[in-house]
Amino acid sequence: MASEWKFTIKDLAEKPELFMPGHRACAGCGPAVAYRQILKAARGPIIATNATGCMEVVSTIYPYTAWRIPYIHTAFENVAANAAGIETALKVMKRKGRLKHDHVDVVAFAGDGGTYDIGIQALSGAVERGHDFLFVLYDNEAYMNTGIQRSGGTPHGAWTTTSPAGRVIPGKPEYKKPIADIMVAHGIPYVATASPAYWRDLIIKTRKGLEVEGPAFLHALAPCPRGWRYDTGKTIEMARLAVETCVFPLWEAVDGEYSLSAPSKVIALKPERRKPVREYLKVQGRFRHLFTPEFEHVINEIEQIVDKRWSMLLKKCGMA
Amino acid sequence: MALAKQTVLALSGDEAVAYAVKQSDVDLVAAYPITPQTIIVEKFSEYVHDGEVNTEFMCAESEHSALTACLAAAATGARTFTASASAGLALMHEILYVTAGCRAPVVMAIVNRALSAPINIHCDHADSMVERDASWIQIYVENSQEAYDSTIQAFKIAEDPDILLPAMVMLDAFFLSHTLESVKVLPNEAILKFVGTRKIPLVRSHEDKLVPFKLDPENPVTMGPLDLYDYYFEHKRQQEEAMQRAPQTIKQVHDEYGKISGRRYGNGLVDPYRLEDAEIATICVGSTAGTTKTVVDQLRAKGVKAGLLRLRSYRPFPSQDITKVVGNVKAIAVMDRSHSFGAHGSPIFHELRHVLYDAQTHPQVVNYIYGLGGRDMPQTLIHEIYKDLQKIVKTKRVEKPVQFIGVRE
Amino acid sequence: MTSKQKGWKEVPIAGVCWTPTTDYLTGDWRTFKPVLDREKCTKCLLCYVYCPDGAIEWKRKEEEIEFNYKYCKGCGICANECTQEAIKMVLE
Repeated sequence: MASEWKFTIKDLAEKPELFMPGHRACAGCGPAVAYRQILKAARGPIIATNATGCMEVVSTIYPYTAWRIPYIHTAFENVAANAAGIETALKVMKRKGRLKHDHVDVVAFAGDGGTYDIGIQALSGAVERGHDFLFVLYDNEAYMNTGIQRSGGTPHGAWTTTSPAGRVIPGKPEYKKPIADIMVAHGIPYVATASPAYWRDLIIKTRKGLEVEGPAFLHALAPCPRGWRYDTGKTIEMARLAVETCVFPLWEAVDGEYSLSAPSKVIALKPERRKPVREYLKVQGRFRHLFTPEFEHVINEIEQIVDKRWSMLLKKCGMA
Repeated sequence: MALAKQTVLALSGDEAVAYAVKQSDVDLVAAYPITPQTIIVEKFSEYVHDGEVNTEFMCAESEHSALTACLAAAATGARTFTASASAGLALMHEILYVTAGCRAPVVMAIVNRALSAPINIHCDHADSMVERDASWIQIYVENSQEAYDSTIQAFKIAEDPDILLPAMVMLDAFFLSHTLESVKVLPNEAILKFVGTRKIPLVRSHEDKLVPFKLDPENPVTMGPLDLYDYYFEHKRQQEEAMQRAPQTIKQVHDEYGKISGRRYGNGLVDPYRLEDAEIATICVGSTAGTTKTVVDQLRAKGVKAGLLRLRSYRPFPSQDITKVVGNVKAIAVMDRSHSFGAHGSPIFHELRHVLYDAQTHPQVVNYIYGLGGRDMPQTLIHEIYKDLQKIVKTKRVEKPVQFIGVRE
Repeated sequence: MTSKQKGWKEVPIAGVCWTPTTDYLTGDWRTFKPVLDREKCTKCLLCYVYCPDGAIEWKRKEEEIEFNYKYCKGCGICANECTQEAIKMVLE
């Protein structure tokens, strides 16, 4: 049981790297950190499927593969349907006596595109049908693989190549789609947000997602040095700051009941611990254009939406 | 092998396909309804809910996801089936190529229906014709009996370790899908024995071992990588090689099935009708062949040396078999139920003329585009075509190589 | 990249990958190299858990951190996160 799983970081170090070194992610890649941590939560036989995107491309440049576990990629918008097909095949094969294993976990990985936008149909369909799988969103807040274009997950005001910091429109006009809440609204047994800076929280949540019977959704923030415009060594710092400023709070919803995770709970109980949103925006080149007299109001807009979503979350967690 | 004892059932084309799937020990059927394929999925879901089959039925949220699920399930080692038509097949387009590229032996029934716009639910071959480049085996059937027989055969063809290409079986919307015919079905055990269990070939994995080509935690395999310009070409060349081997497999499976059912359709690739000494002939796919056979009989009764060639296998395109059976015909009319807008004629016409270019004899080949959007193709129009062919033979001249027939001017 | 390229008859079907990425030495990419001061290292292994490339190993028997320079891309996350400032990024 995930809640009873006690492990030290040294225990993790003894587990094999299911996502092998030698992959071609950028130096400092947030999603790569997330993948390594997530796969540490594997509890037995596991099959992975990936949507087209950064991690798919960097991990399987033919003839090389970084995957020590069975893996399939088919297309961009359908990873949840992949998972559905795999999960169903395993179910039938087991029933017909053609499966050696008692249980095989199925995990689907996707980035922004494969989850928020082009992939949302397959995701919604797969969870509605109740397949037993874990869907992991590695959120780097844009379509990074194709060159940093905006996605449904890009935050308000951020520079991307299709929502550039122009003279008239400063970055993305729209707001970040609340994808994890959308998943809770689907009525699935487990939804959680996670950040690779809080590795223990992320790994336990992954394990919970694997253990739960039915669809589980893990929203992992995964900072990208190239797209967010910061120095490669600061990835974990960004992932931590996002939580400390409440831009990306950590929570989980078990059967629709929200609860804050420790790193965010601490801030809810001691609001003085909360860092200002500006501190998070200041250190990323993608928000730099907002620190001008002309577009400063956008920072206020960002602060407002972060505050609003934070207070809504507190209400849902019964901590208003 | 003795002929199995068969039962005669009154089945529509769709029902015949569903019945074939029922008997073929399929593991997963993932589908999305679209007229006129709906009866296949409805009937099959009845089988599932009544506990008549040990198959998972996944009601996908779109055709794109339906085919994806079948592909991923096939990659895991399952036998899968789906069905679609028209816009549904069009929506699957991307994944058709992916399925073939992943060498997943998915079987799909396509109930040939027109593509929008304007939206039309009736018989037209545009939907499957446009997918002829996708590296799927394509078989067109003439009647519900053949729909039943071919669906069963498709599993065996696709799963052959030397082929491993997905296969689609085409039946005409409404003319076949919704029309009751008497269909002879074989007993369950006979079909079960015929299709057998899926043979999974071995492949060399990144652990430098020869392991079964499926997603199995015991022997991990990575499928669906990123190819750069240094390997994509080689992978595609492999697919063509499999297509080159397919005619042999299609004929073999067709003959094997013929032994237990007593039914054959030409040699499995081409189905010639009274072509041995024919001077004029038409070529087509699908149910129009049935009507044309009646016309041919009427003409023969009058002493006209008429014949018909029905293409059963469209992909692989049976070039050699075609050349053999129509090479000595003097004038051929290719009847196409689809069109390539802006091209000089339609798909079957193109491919036929191309194949005959290299042949020893060069019959006159003309094109008639008919029946788009379910426009009926009655015997009278087919008679007109044969009359035109007779004129061509007599005058040795072709006035109009490409014509539309049956459309109101 | 491998210099010997296989033809279509040799290549496994369906694009099945036949080499692990561990054969691809991304260590060639880096400009800066992490250097560990073992005196300061408390073996908390945070560097291990934050490395995007799995280029930091924990040697259980020796009870030592080992940087695998074959794959280290020199991103600097380890140096940035080390609470003891035991890792310095040095120009190679």
